[in-house]
Amino acid sequence: MAYLKASDISIDFPLYHTENRSLKKALLGQVSSRFGVDKKSRPVVQALRDVSFSLKTGDRLGLVGSNGSGKTTLLRTLSGIYQPTAGTLSMEGKLISLLDPQQGMNMELTGYENIRLRSYYLGLSKSESQMFEEDVVGFTELNEFLDIPVRNYSSGMIVRLAFGMATAFSPEILLMDEWILAGDAAFMAKAKKRVEGMVQHADILVLASHSPSILAEWTNRLIWLDGGRIVADGPAMEVFESYLPSQDFQQLLKTRP
Amino acid sequence: MSELAQPEAHRRYSAKRQSTLTADKGWMQRFGLVWSDLQEGAKLYRLVWTLACSDIKLRYRGSLIGPFWLTLSTAIQIGAMAFLYADLFHTDIHTYIPFLAVSLVLWGYLSSLTSDGCICFSAYDTLIKGTRMPFIVHVVRSVIRNTIILLHNVVVIVAVFVLMGKSLTFYSLAAIPGFLLWLIDGVAISFLLGTICARFRDIPQIVAAIMQVAFFMTPIMWQATTLRGHPGTESVVLYNPFVYILDVVRNPLLNEPLSALFVMKALVISGLLVLVSLVSFARFRGRISFWV
Repeated sequence: MAYLKASDISIDFPLYHTENRSLKKALLGQVSSRFGVDKKSRPVVQALRDVSFSLKTGDRLGLVGSNGSGKTTLLRTLSGIYQPTAGTLSMEGKLISLLDPQQGMNMELTGYENIRLRSYYLGLSKSESQMFEEDVVGFTELNEFLDIPVRNYSSGMIVRLAFGMATAFSPEILLMDEWILAGDAAFMAKAKKRVEGMVQHADILVLASHSPSILAEWTNRLIWLDGGRIVADGPAMEVFESYLPSQDFQQLLKTRP
Repeated sequence: MSELAQPEAHRRYSAKRQSTLTADKGWMQRFGLVWSDLQEGAKLYRLVWTLACSDIKLRYRGSLIGPFWLTLSTAIQIGAMAFLYADLFHTDIHTYIPFLAVSLVLWGYLSSLTSDGCICFSAYDTLIKGTRMPFIVHVVRSVIRNTIILLHNVVVIVAVFVLMGKSLTFYSLAAIPGFLLWLIDGVAISFLLGTICARFRDIPQIVAAIMQVAFFMTPIMWQATTLRGHPGTESVVLYNPFVYILDVVRNPLLNEPLSALFVMKALVISGLLVLVSLVSFARFRGRISFWV
């Protein structure tokens, strides 16, 4: 059983490289609640504040919120990249995160070499590596492009490769940031099928996106973040009803089957 | 579309099923996290090795002789310097050239370990922020990359020894434990400087300046015996930690005696370095992702 539980997670971002006094003052003088000081009175951005939720097997969570509301920070925290400033994160299950399309990839290496790197990162045995490579090659359909360095790929091709590598050997917990939208329609259909297969294997998905239609399609639960805090948490359409402007929500309802 | 792997398959490879990450809770937790960082890193040995090799491969991609440019440029440097400095220091060219070749190659290794150590985290900020990876991966990657470069430069030492008719003896094998000590030191200094430099971006420049001064203050181009007859200059060697570190590998290679006191001092210096870097890495491990 996979689970992911965040209890009262807060993240403070240190503002180190802004040693400029006047900037500091300006930041601290702001009425905005996002800027604060930590215990040693250094300026910080309060990226996340008391975020709590718990996900269990089969949950597909969407994250919505304006730019800078803390979606990516939350994803990074869930991935274990940022150690929370306060609170506890506990999980069970193999987690893979797709935060930056180029993550873990070396742009100068070829597609095949990157696939091999990834299988080393996952610690796969020789036979598993072979299965992994076949799976990724089959999914991405990049064919002969896999023989050339990744920096020559289009952004959509990079997404294909990154997505294929992240979801081969389906992880139990998959975290994805919004760049997944860079794929074409055919890819999106394929990607969705693959994630559905993954969720059928009783796993967890967390997806941050600005696209209501994608979130409505891919997720069954939404968390609305604003200013690093959870504003609303519930079934996707309920949260959309309050999050989206009414005409957008009506439009979303129309597109729903 | 190819089938997804069987659930059993990924249950097996999932190294760590359960994990908890809390806010900083003091030293017990910090050292625990360092330990799991090292443990998880050890499992990724193939990844580290491949990353280090691809660093070298990519740097010289499209180049005709590839990484042997390193060998060639070292050879040219030693060839050009040897004759002038042998004359300047009034030493016999047959002993001076092997000395210079070994010293320059080994110092080049130590100095690039240090300068690469400074950027071992900050250079991979996208990797650190994009995916969860033990920090030791970046550290060992830097050490291995520099060791591969060293191996290319060793060719020059071999050539010089053959040309000058200097032979290795059984005693030269004493360089091996010395070199193992260097590898430990290299990892320790990369952890330490990588962490500090992620936070303070002026440190790499300061370190570069220190290494530059150390290059001239350490017997690399000149031999320690040159100091005889210059009273008051002994302290340059006596209080220079680089001398002891350098000599545990250099002296066996040059068939020069290595006193137990030197070895002890090198061990003490390394021990302190490991201790300081362990404590500082443990203290700031959780902050590195915010800093890079």
